Amino acid sequence: MQAFEYASPTTVKEAVALLGNKWGEVDVLAGGTDLLSLMKERLATPSKLVNIKGLKELGGISAGKAGLRIGAAVTLDELMENAEIRKNYPSLAAAARGVSSPQIRNMGTVGGDLCQRPRCWYYRNGFGLLGAKDGKSLIPGGENRYHAILGNSGPAYFVSASSLGPALIALGAKVKLVSASGSRDVAVEKFFVTPQNEMSREIALLPNELLTEIVIPRDATKNATYELRQKESLDWPLVSASVALKMKGSTVTSARVVLGHVAPTPWSASQAEQMLAGKSITESVAEEAAKAALASATPLSQNAYKVQLARVAVKRALLAAASGRA
Amino acid sequence: MGTKGRCLVSSRKDPDVSKTGQSGFSRRGFMQGIGVGSGALGAGILENEAQAAPPPGGFSGPGGVAITLRINGKPTNLTVEPRVTLVDALRNTLDMTGAKKVCDRATCGACTVIMSGKVVYACSVLAIDAQGKDIQTIEGIGSGNKPHPVSMAFVHHDAQQCGYCTPGFVMAAKGFLDRTPNPTLEQVEKGLGGNLCRCGTYVGIRQAVLEAAKEIKGGKNG
Amino acid sequence: MANYSWPPMEKRRLMGKRLERLDGIAKSTGRAKYASDFNAPGMLFGEFLTCPHAHARVTSIDTSAAEKLNGVTAVRVIAKPGTEIQWAGAEVASVAAISEDVARDAVRLIKVGYEVLPHLVKEDDISKAGTRAKAAGETVTGDLEKAFSEADVTHEGSYGIPVITHCCLEPHGQVVEWKGKEINFRPSTQNVTGVGGDLAKNLQLPATDVHVKMDYIGGGFGSKFAADLWGVESAQLSKASGGKPVKMFLDRRTELTIAGVRPSAFAKVKVSAKKDGTLTGWQSDSWATGGFGGGGSPPLPYVFINIPNQKKNHSAISTNTGGVRAWRAPNHQQATYLTCCALEDLAAKLKMDPVELFAKNADLTARPEVYRNQLKKASELMDWGKKWHQRGDSGAGPVKRGLGLAIATWGGGGHNSQCRAVIHPDGAIDIELCSQDLGTGTRTIITQVAAETLGLPMSAINLKIGDNSLPPSGPSGGSTTVGGVSSSTRKATINALEKLYEAVAASLGAKQDELEAVDGRIQVKGHPDKALTWKAACQKLGVKVISEMGANDQKNPGGLNAQGVGGINMAEVEVDTETGIVKMKKFVAVNDCGLVVNPRLAESQIHGGVIMGICSALTEERILDAATGRVLNADMEFYKLSGVGDIGEIVAHVEVLPEHDKRGIVGLGEPSAIAIPAAIANAVANAIGVRVQRIPLTPDRVLAALEGRNA
Repeated sequence: MQAFEYASPTTVKEAVALLGNKWGEVDVLAGGTDLLSLMKERLATPSKLVNIKGLKELGGISAGKAGLRIGAAVTLDELMENAEIRKNYPSLAAAARGVSSPQIRNMGTVGGDLCQRPRCWYYRNGFGLLGAKDGKSLIPGGENRYHAILGNSGPAYFVSASSLGPALIALGAKVKLVSASGSRDVAVEKFFVTPQNEMSREIALLPNELLTEIVIPRDATKNATYELRQKESLDWPLVSASVALKMKGSTVTSARVVLGHVAPTPWSASQAEQMLAGKSITESVAEEAAKAALASATPLSQNAYKVQLARVAVKRALLAAASGRA
Repeated sequence: MGTKGRCLVSSRKDPDVSKTGQSGFSRRGFMQGIGVGSGALGAGILENEAQAAPPPGGFSGPGGVAITLRINGKPTNLTVEPRVTLVDALRNTLDMTGAKKVCDRATCGACTVIMSGKVVYACSVLAIDAQGKDIQTIEGIGSGNKPHPVSMAFVHHDAQQCGYCTPGFVMAAKGFLDRTPNPTLEQVEKGLGGNLCRCGTYVGIRQAVLEAAKEIKGGKNG
Repeated sequence: MANYSWPPMEKRRLMGKRLERLDGIAKSTGRAKYASDFNAPGMLFGEFLTCPHAHARVTSIDTSAAEKLNGVTAVRVIAKPGTEIQWAGAEVASVAAISEDVARDAVRLIKVGYEVLPHLVKEDDISKAGTRAKAAGETVTGDLEKAFSEADVTHEGSYGIPVITHCCLEPHGQVVEWKGKEINFRPSTQNVTGVGGDLAKNLQLPATDVHVKMDYIGGGFGSKFAADLWGVESAQLSKASGGKPVKMFLDRRTELTIAGVRPSAFAKVKVSAKKDGTLTGWQSDSWATGGFGGGGSPPLPYVFINIPNQKKNHSAISTNTGGVRAWRAPNHQQATYLTCCALEDLAAKLKMDPVELFAKNADLTARPEVYRNQLKKASELMDWGKKWHQRGDSGAGPVKRGLGLAIATWGGGGHNSQCRAVIHPDGAIDIELCSQDLGTGTRTIITQVAAETLGLPMSAINLKIGDNSLPPSGPSGGSTTVGGVSSSTRKATINALEKLYEAVAASLGAKQDELEAVDGRIQVKGHPDKALTWKAACQKLGVKVISEMGANDQKNPGGLNAQGVGGINMAEVEVDTETGIVKMKKFVAVNDCGLVVNPRLAESQIHGGVIMGICSALTEERILDAATGRVLNADMEFYKLSGVGDIGEIVAHVEVLPEHDKRGIVGLGEPSAIAIPAAIANAVANAIGVRVQRIPLTPDRVLAALEGRNA
């Protein structure tokens, strides 16, 4: 790691006062499982690091008027073990459980999951967020088995690494972003953005802002996450699907179907969502929805299999949600 | 804060300070100066860079900062740059080399320690950020003549070959059993999903963790 | 001449027993000190600057900024301007500094100019290798054309097994202190006896100047025999830093890029057989890379060496990638994979159970009886007869089960080893040999043999290994250690005992050759009443110390150790045909291994071999980028190793029978690690009804095979 100055403030106010106005100058340290790796690779070289684990305001899970509030520094383990979440938001608990290392679940935070950088191996090997050399992306003609099959018309081909993003989007969650001059609420769906150039980020957070909390609305849904990984032990998902269904009896009144690890952002499968409204979930309906969800997929040279995998994930997530299995 | 770390100063202009005092290649010399509650060797810190910790809220570093870590129940003073990870502080500064540095990227679990009761990767915790936490390392579980039941179970089931992943696995298993005292085999497999072995000792590890659970519950040992 | 032969099976007290490994507690309590755990006062840290290009010429190098950095003690140029670099990750410069962080800061301050040259890093498609592929030339036996034309059935297939790395958890490296004339060298090595001389040679010093010490090694698997450039650079950095010790261990990225690989192997194979399964012809065009130097040549056809008609050719492809090192059974995983996949495909075409096909053709192997028996044993343990089905006949539902089989052989034998047994007048015993315990249990084995011979408990033996001032013993490679060290220890302890008998014979009123060492006594054979305790016997030595040598001669093991083993592996898998995800259900490994000194440790070796093979079959491969020539997954996140939940049930069967025992001791490290990927690949083919041509069996490959898009 490049040497840096370190601060561990105790209030959000103190913390945001320490942030910079440009990416790369000041980084925010939460769980550390991603940021410290980036710093060791010198892909992140902040001159200042602000540790936010001492901010009590960022902890805790509590039910309020607007819904369930989850502090940004809540760990994946706390999230997964929370009774309210297990009961009403099993898709979120399952997404956290999918991070199959207890150590990472103990360290990694909800905010960190949303803000982590892509695992694209071109990025991690120093070819930039967009994986380019001499101005040309290495990915479409390169090793792209884990890359995007949707939203991949370029210049970004990586997949969002967030485990919780798809579930939070499906549940209609919002994040609170706080800066020294105020705060704003952003739908998680809008929080993820596809960068158009090397200098931009894959999230809507500004360098002087801190993600402080996530709020999930109180809507009752049947929800589930289904994730496909090759290994049982710690391994990145090849694809995941989170669904949240508003039901009237056995009929879906409205559906959210969000895919993970298939695009530079979590991917809302709106065709599938529309198709599901007014239907009961059966094996064949789930299959049709899965097909619709991937209808616009444009796989790269090595990752057509992810289209099939994503279909399976959607189908299995829908069947799990309908049957009350997360 | 605690005492300023005693530093082995070395720089290009003064490349041979080790001539004074300790000599040779023995570990004994290294261990001088490390003790409970005393200053540890501030490996790799230039003396003029060491500074006391700043008030909360302000920045400290990038040079050495005097910190106190509570390791295995004992407060230990040392001086580290903010960029020093807990595993490097343990291994290079405190000569507690049970935790291993293998992937150094929060993947393999060889550096696993228990912090505030939870298993974590020490490669991905800054030492400076571990202040105020209870840190338990492999050196702090069991004792010389009475190893921890998990360590013993690893021996009984030959759950180790080269042994380099073993301390990390033992700590992961202990942390797991602290939370899951009556595990099923499936829970053991999931509970140790954050650790990797290359020699292929998982058959023994599964058995060892199940046995250790019984042993701990029976209170026969530790 | 003393009789060194092993005590009869029924008389052994310690050998053959399931004893716990002696260093188990040291390891599981974290007290075992590995080379990378060594700390010393004033110790410096060494780092490499490595080349980012797969092929380049260094045009300039400027180290001035690095030299000026506070805390840096030495900077050395390895690749001077003009040097042509042949793979990414190659060492360009080295730095020593007061901490790893400062050393890394310094490395980044070194400015290197490169002229980037064209590279080749991929070899899976030989048609793209051009002049980088060198064919060895055809070898022909019999009349293959005739065999093929007369065969009842022929099968043609393409198969591939990728380059993988050793991924030792303790990376390559060492601590070196070069002070004046003396070099203290603490490497992570499989070769304590030889590595000092290797360093000395590279530094143009007499071997006597290098003192090597290593207590524990965190994995080697064939990759840690030499002093290596990092050993040499650490020494030079130490010298340049006034003789301070320099610790230099490769970071994971460098480790997985340059510290050794297992070569790949690809082949187009054609086999033929009669209706009854008798093999009549084999043709293979194989190719491989192991880096710039080309690629290993797998011995084909594997095990079924006497197929009457054969035509083979192998091409070695030079690629701009990090070089090959021995990888636990060099060339054998590849050979059995290429052979057994083709045979399983042939069996499927014949609608024949492959166990029958293998048994039918056992006469084409060097040990027909061994394999027939092992096929029977393995089938029994797997319940093969009940579970096996015709290829693809796996019932309804998306999840399919299947069984697969593969075969192994290995040489082994015992390496040259010398042991010194010292009996002190107070009864204390030193057993000294410059060997190393890779985690295979070498410490435990030596102690079992010594204590068995001397009639004492294990705790009476003070074992010294891991120091090159001790009597030389071979490097730990090729499964030769257990045979070597156990034989030399047996001889040394018997020789020492003879001297003790000589000293006490008179006081027991017997001749020297009428004595025996039993249960802590020296006694007249069969007469516990005519005895001296061990201690009392040793006191008769007065001030004299007994120090006797024993040697194993690799070429003349005298019946104490042997070489040549066979093994049969069977896998049961479950494949989700919707996702292509393969899960291990059960694995059966049957190995013959001669006299088994410690069945517990033997089983651990087999478990380890199987689990390494599961990684290789399912997840593990080095992934290179054609355009940049870089290893993209030189980490432990995408260089995927199986975890504790990924291995299924493993049954290790060690044959402990008189007919094996009488052969003497045979190593097990290699043979246990050979046939696993092949067996698993065959099980997947059996489950899903089609062949996945290349491993690892990742979802993309499995789904492609199911859709008929075999790559």
